[in-house]
Amino acid sequence: MHSTHWNWERTEYVEGKGIRAIGKRNVLNNFCIGISGNQQSCNRCHIGYGYADASFNFNDSLNVDCLACHDNSATYLKAIGGAGLPDSSVNLSFVAQHVGKPQRTNCGTCHFFGGGGNNVKHGDLEMSMFDPSRDVDVHMASEGSDMQCVDCHSAQKHQMLGKMYSVSSMNRGRVECEHCHSAMPHTDDVLNDHTLKVACQTCHIPTYAKVNPTKLFWDWSTAGRLRNGEPFEEKDSAGTDVYMSIKGSFVWGKNIKPDYIWFNGTASHYLVGDTLDPSRPLQLNVLYGSYDDPDAKIYPVKIHRAKQIYDTQYRYLIQPKTVSTKPGDGGYWAEFNWDRAAEEGMKQVNLPYSGHYGFVQTEMYWPVNHMVSPKSQAVQCGECHTRENGRLANLSGFYLPGRNYNPWVEFLGVGLLVLTLAATVVHGSVRFLMNRKRKGSN
Amino acid sequence: MKKEYVYKAFERFWHWAQAALIIFLGVTGFEIHGSIRFFGFDQAVRYHNVAAISFIILIVFAIFWHLTTGEWRQYMPTWKNLRAQAEYYVFGIFRNAPHPTRKTVLSKLNPLQKLVYAGLKVLVIPVMVVSGLLYMFYRYPQHNEILSLNIGSLEVIAVLHTIGAFLLVSFFIAHLYLGTTGRTVTSNLKAMITGYEELEEDSVDNKAQPVSHEPVLTK
Repeated sequence: MHSTHWNWERTEYVEGKGIRAIGKRNVLNNFCIGISGNQQSCNRCHIGYGYADASFNFNDSLNVDCLACHDNSATYLKAIGGAGLPDSSVNLSFVAQHVGKPQRTNCGTCHFFGGGGNNVKHGDLEMSMFDPSRDVDVHMASEGSDMQCVDCHSAQKHQMLGKMYSVSSMNRGRVECEHCHSAMPHTDDVLNDHTLKVACQTCHIPTYAKVNPTKLFWDWSTAGRLRNGEPFEEKDSAGTDVYMSIKGSFVWGKNIKPDYIWFNGTASHYLVGDTLDPSRPLQLNVLYGSYDDPDAKIYPVKIHRAKQIYDTQYRYLIQPKTVSTKPGDGGYWAEFNWDRAAEEGMKQVNLPYSGHYGFVQTEMYWPVNHMVSPKSQAVQCGECHTRENGRLANLSGFYLPGRNYNPWVEFLGVGLLVLTLAATVVHGSVRFLMNRKRKGSN
Repeated sequence: MKKEYVYKAFERFWHWAQAALIIFLGVTGFEIHGSIRFFGFDQAVRYHNVAAISFIILIVFAIFWHLTTGEWRQYMPTWKNLRAQAEYYVFGIFRNAPHPTRKTVLSKLNPLQKLVYAGLKVLVIPVMVVSGLLYMFYRYPQHNEILSLNIGSLEVIAVLHTIGAFLLVSFFIAHLYLGTTGRTVTSNLKAMITGYEELEEDSVDNKAQPVSHEPVLTK
């Protein structure tokens, strides 16, 4: 009953906000935005039965859906739009006879498809990870270590190690590579020195979304176009959705080099009702850290950008009601009316809606931790230690050999070399000419 | 003219080993610096570190040799004839004037050489060795433990090391050229290879006169 999978919130210290209970219940994202008002559909991935609205009883253990995680028959399925209830096709007694430790299929059913489709959210967690090759994930490959999710994400009393900084903010309960590997794992001392400032993931996950694309940009502002009064979808040549009337336009990417940030394990979040500045992109989660912070290391992240609805008068993000369960409830995916969706959605979070909406640019930072490549494919030294277009080109505040130099020293140094060379050439030429002249005059 | 044994075996070994190491350190170092690409960054770092340790070992032997043989005195800078030597390079050399200082076994360096070599030995090389060792062995500040040296930023170390590197390359170019200004173009080179060099014999006046400022006139 203390599991985060159950409560969908943790009590945590959030920088600048104090001690708060945060989680999917009150944190907004820039994918499907938030669960409030949409529980009937979103909460298919809650490990409970019938979390259909905010009145759900989190104290009743009979509401816990053990099978979501512990079905080992791979036949258990929750109903679409069923608020977590099992699909009617499931043979529950068969499933009950095949329970055990969670498998990749249990975890992946939700974690690979967050945000409404395969690999929408994470980029490093998607259906290829059900049975990845060694090139995709050296730990989970069946021809390799064949590890299950719970081998790293171990649990005591259902409290799992590891969490995502989209909903969490404190530096605790993390899965660390050092739980299995040492902090000085290389035979080369120079590489070992890097571990003080560079996370393992930075070199050992050269790209993410290796097999299927992940969503990089989601523009809600284009949603609502209809053809003959009907919503439609457009796909690119690879069969990936690039436009959906219900959700807007998307940009996807495959085999992506991560962005890199300094990260010390703490984060803060945009919480429902926080005011925003619409003139610049709003970071929904801020990951803290800098070169000078001894706790911080360079980590790879996926940055997901979006344009999403906000209240132009009250200057806060709007939690729209997207899912429609009955006619006239305001659900955007049925009525395509942002005003109604905003009005109904904001009722769910107990905040007023001014009647004026716009779209604001937002960013989310998702640390990339999976899809660890075999060591032969690790990022090479010269990919960061280079003057032009290195992987760390955007990280400032420190001297990186091969990338940084002092422009004055460079200017004066090169100038000195040029002058020295010129002096020798001129001096030598004059010497040669004078010598010839002297000989000639003799 | 008399053939004299000017450069001892160790001295020649030291000179050429040092030359090879400095060239190699220059190439790998400027690759690490991002100026050139040759070995690849990782190999450049590896080679640079090995060459650096070799260089330090060579320096230790060279210091021992200089101290025990007393040859270190050759490098004591002097004002005497410094100006004359500079003027020789600016004027006299073009008129085939004699070298203002006479090279002998006991005084093989001219005043400019003494000054520049002493500067290298007491300033540039020590700065390179110290900043290089710090570059290799520094550690970022850490919690609860001190692993060798805690240094917050590499920048000062790296920039000092780079300044030294530019000075050394500049010296290298000038040294190659000035090596051709001996009695003949190749006499200095031959001497550094064989150890023997034709030197002027002791004459009445072994201190040459400074060259005057007369402009070079055609006859």
